[in-house]
Amino acid sequence: MSAVVTHASVWANAPFDPALAEELRSLIARLDATQRLWLNGYIAGSIDALVQAPAAAAPSGPPLVTILYGSHSGNCEQLAKQIGNALTQRGLGFLTLDMLDCRKTHLQEARNVLVVVSTHGEGDPPERALPLHELLHSRKAPKLDHLKFSVLALGDSTYERYCETGRQFDARLEALGAQRLHARTECDVDFHEPAQQWIDAVAEELLRANPVQAPSPQASSPVSSLLHFAAAANRPAASVANAYTRKNPFEATVMSNQRLTAPGSTKDVRHIELSLEGSNIHYEPGDAIGVVPKNQESDVGALLGVLPFGAEHPVTVGGAEVSLRQALLDHFDIGLLTQPLVERYAAAVNTPLLTQLLAAEDSTALQRYLNGRHLLDLIQEHPPENLDAATFAQLLRPLAPRLYSIASSLRATPDEAHLTVSLVRYQSLGRERRGVVSGWLADLEDQGEHDLHAPVYLQRNPAFRLPASNDTPMIMIGPGTGVAPFRAFLADREASGASGQNWLFFGDRSFHSDFLYQTEWLDWRKRGLLHRIDVAFSRDGAPAAPKTYVQHRMHEHGRELFEWLQNGAHLYLCGDAQSMAPDVDQALHRIVERHGSLSSDEAAEYVLDLQRQRRYQKDVY
Amino acid sequence: MDMPRRFDLSRPLSELHPNEQLKFDSRYLRGTLQEGLADAITGAISDDDTQLTKFFGIYQQDDREVRDERRRARLEPLYQFMVRVRLPGGLCTTDQWLALDALARDSANGSLRLTTRQTFQFHGVLKRNLRRHVQGIYATGLDTIAACGDDNRNVICTANPLFSTAHREAGETARRLGAHLLPRTGAYREILLEQPAADGIDPAAEEEPLYGRTYLPRKFKIAIAVPPQNDIDVYAHDLGLIAIVQDERIVGYNVLAGGGMGMTHKIAATFPRLGDIAGFCAAEDVIEVAEHTMCIQRDYGDRHDRSHARFKYTIEDRGVEWFREELARRMGKPLSEARPFHLDSSGDHYGWQQGSDGRWHYTLFIENGRVADTDQHTLMSGLREIARTFPGAFALTTNQNLTITGITGSERARLESLLRQHRIANDDHHTGLRRQSMACVAFPTCGLAMAESERYLPALIDKLDASLRQAGLAQQPISIRMTGCPNGCARPYLAEIALVGKAPGKYNLYLGASANGDRLNALHRENIGEQQILETLQPLFQRYAAERQPNEGFGDFVIRAGVVPAMPAGRDFQR
Repeated sequence: MSAVVTHASVWANAPFDPALAEELRSLIARLDATQRLWLNGYIAGSIDALVQAPAAAAPSGPPLVTILYGSHSGNCEQLAKQIGNALTQRGLGFLTLDMLDCRKTHLQEARNVLVVVSTHGEGDPPERALPLHELLHSRKAPKLDHLKFSVLALGDSTYERYCETGRQFDARLEALGAQRLHARTECDVDFHEPAQQWIDAVAEELLRANPVQAPSPQASSPVSSLLHFAAAANRPAASVANAYTRKNPFEATVMSNQRLTAPGSTKDVRHIELSLEGSNIHYEPGDAIGVVPKNQESDVGALLGVLPFGAEHPVTVGGAEVSLRQALLDHFDIGLLTQPLVERYAAAVNTPLLTQLLAAEDSTALQRYLNGRHLLDLIQEHPPENLDAATFAQLLRPLAPRLYSIASSLRATPDEAHLTVSLVRYQSLGRERRGVVSGWLADLEDQGEHDLHAPVYLQRNPAFRLPASNDTPMIMIGPGTGVAPFRAFLADREASGASGQNWLFFGDRSFHSDFLYQTEWLDWRKRGLLHRIDVAFSRDGAPAAPKTYVQHRMHEHGRELFEWLQNGAHLYLCGDAQSMAPDVDQALHRIVERHGSLSSDEAAEYVLDLQRQRRYQKDVY
Repeated sequence: MDMPRRFDLSRPLSELHPNEQLKFDSRYLRGTLQEGLADAITGAISDDDTQLTKFFGIYQQDDREVRDERRRARLEPLYQFMVRVRLPGGLCTTDQWLALDALARDSANGSLRLTTRQTFQFHGVLKRNLRRHVQGIYATGLDTIAACGDDNRNVICTANPLFSTAHREAGETARRLGAHLLPRTGAYREILLEQPAADGIDPAAEEEPLYGRTYLPRKFKIAIAVPPQNDIDVYAHDLGLIAIVQDERIVGYNVLAGGGMGMTHKIAATFPRLGDIAGFCAAEDVIEVAEHTMCIQRDYGDRHDRSHARFKYTIEDRGVEWFREELARRMGKPLSEARPFHLDSSGDHYGWQQGSDGRWHYTLFIENGRVADTDQHTLMSGLREIARTFPGAFALTTNQNLTITGITGSERARLESLLRQHRIANDDHHTGLRRQSMACVAFPTCGLAMAESERYLPALIDKLDASLRQAGLAQQPISIRMTGCPNGCARPYLAEIALVGKAPGKYNLYLGASANGDRLNALHRENIGEQQILETLQPLFQRYAAERQPNEGFGDFVIRAGVVPAMPAGRDFQR
């Protein structure tokens, strides 16, 4: 990773419009240390010329006051402007934020927060305030004991739950440890006068507590604070060894388990947020998290019900003695059957039917038998006579961990790892079946609001890495949950201010229900981080029409895709290894052949060369 | 006395509402719609373009019930489009009906909505189907231009132009007015119909000789009444025209200026207003009168504050006398004195009526204008079968109902049997209240709705029906109208009983409009739920049954009984 790194939150709070911020970021990225030091001195000197409006001209890192407004009709936004005017008149620095744009880091860095919020309908927050309202009321809410605040609540007294949203913010901020700067004011439809009184009172209070001082260049130069953050971000990330392994996993707190597919989708894909706080796990974008699953109590119970052994019967697992129940919960795969397992079982229990099935030359019947059958079905259909619990346990396969590409970046969300998990649920032989992680997540949901934990460990994936240079263009092809690492890539590039062009291909079944992380791509596109995105939804066309997949979109834009490669782009592919990856690979060869005017052998050599240069990387499963 | 021209067309764009700049810069409504329709990453178009597509009858909406759930799922709102047809006078052929019925099932949500402006609305059209949908409408000989937007909207007239000579003339006038005041921009053809500009057309030329680059300050609505029916609520429109009929022919129109419904709760400067009678014009002058009236509003309407931009506020602020003089100046002659007229009712006449040519017309009650098949009836299939069986024309009414026209005496029985077969014939058991009911669409698609309307009013009427029957008022026509917000799509402020949404489950209750549409109602109870609505209305029904005078409507009664005051004028409505 380049040493030229600036902390994302600095830019998020920076008093520049996005275009200027982008220019500055890329400019600073091109400077070496000497040049930056010179610039630091130059700007520090020039600040002396800017003393008329000290606060507004040179905010030093976090602003003194953060004005948060949650508006429905625009009244709160207007009031936020009035507050800003009152603070400017008193020479106090501030940042005004629409609640929709307020992130956790804003709150963590804020010193004084002024909340202006209306109440909508029967006591609901305005829509743009909902995400912040939810954050504050969730397990992810930050501690706010460093913070002072006051709330201006707007409402309409003809409604029962008058000013409810303002009251909730007021109570919640206090509950999170923040101290009240000034009592909440509630305003009816004629809000102007009481609002102005609150503004004046709060502004005076702030001025009393923070007498305006002439700015000190050392303390307040924006460049020095950038360098400060650059130094902080230059941590020895990947070099820290982490002690957690598959055998000794870290118990990560599950902070969020959110369905990404809409009801009506044929799939259930989850966005899982894990807290790595205290683990010292430092992953890189591209790495995976291994989840060490447990079988569900109900599945183990059903299995024990048909086994002729007692649940507490001791069995040996990895040299240690545990009860059969515990072994079935933690250590053995009791799900889908495999041929070797059936072979071992047939040999141990000697059932003629199974032996016959295994001996047949044509394996069709065996495959049909294995399809959709779980261990429970095998036991029911062929009870294990003449078998003891210890021998039975030795036949079983160990419960393997599940690996998930991490969908987040530590730079953007420190101490968190996000996963994109497709739940497996289906019917077979008259029973509802669930994948092991799916069952585990379902159990999490059943447990409700308690402290939820997942045993996890870091699985490095050094063959799937962001380009070394921030300027290198990237093409990312990630249909379905294959898109997960690209969310990490983009979050990382945004946080590090990388200026390289980014192009994403995504595909799934239906635009309306399966467009994973749609709003995030839209935001990144709007902010200029995601330069191109092309999508293919296979089930949205007319029933008779041929289905469209990502490789079709690649072909449609083949000329540009080849141009990107010629300009040094890296190409990444993540997702299904069975059919998607070969199709995309073939499409890539055809595109290179056609737009590079190459023979098929030359195209193959071109693609191979991309791989040798580590410019074509795959993470397929 | 001349008023200063503070916020109208004479001022620089920088002083006006941002929408004015947007319209000016849009190259006659092209905006970035071409690019927006091609963008496969979002089901929406750009915010600016949503303002422009309204001029083409296309309104971006989303399913509000899934908005929150989708936001959490990191999915954008379930964007979809409402598409409204332009159908001046409300008459369509049965072939057009069949084509629109097929489109509703193919590229919309499977139902048709008949509107209070006598036209069709489709809901739930997805962006990827939008062009196909609009092109399907165009292929039937109809279009969607100016069905929404800051322009002259669908011109409405007393239903069923096939009923008599005067009705036919009113219908023709509606169509001529609609055609004359239609926006001319090529954007619709190029972008939505995907037809290239014809050779020889200069793309840089002025495309809107009547409207100019910034069109009107807001919507402009024209309605024509053929007395004694006032089904179109002639006082409720920017320009109302009352046909004056002599010897079965329309000789001219009384001209009403400055009516309108919409307001904002608790903002006293906004209010519904009845049109002022400005005079009479001869039939041959009516197009010119309408054009000049619209252009007076184009030039003088408020372009700064969109909640004060309707023609009613121009008339309120400057006075109808000013309008008369300005119109006379532009016309080169004044309006003459208004002629006497009589309006008897604002509802539709249900069931069979015989036209002047001897043919029969059946007006069918359609609850809230929603044409769909349900567990109770097969309305959509039934009307499809009727359209196939009796080729001719259907007339949409401004009360969300439908007239099946031109049936011969010998065919009546066959139509009746089809209506019964599909369980859609007018139900004698319906109360007069239900027959005179209207509701706007509201949830889940309308972005303005604060409360339920179409999905709730039928159930509320079920509960009111019981007390009406008990009081012996089952057959008494009483108008009730519900809207999910105060903007007035179902013309609520002219209903004897109106419920206007404030919050989920909460409504303002207005009472006391006249039965013939010439008096506004007045606020009676604020922000009340169903229980309070019932507890307020049930005793009033009982008193009305016991104390009413012969032929006294419910709206007149509540005023005589002192329940609400008679509303003197719109400006008093929110004071």
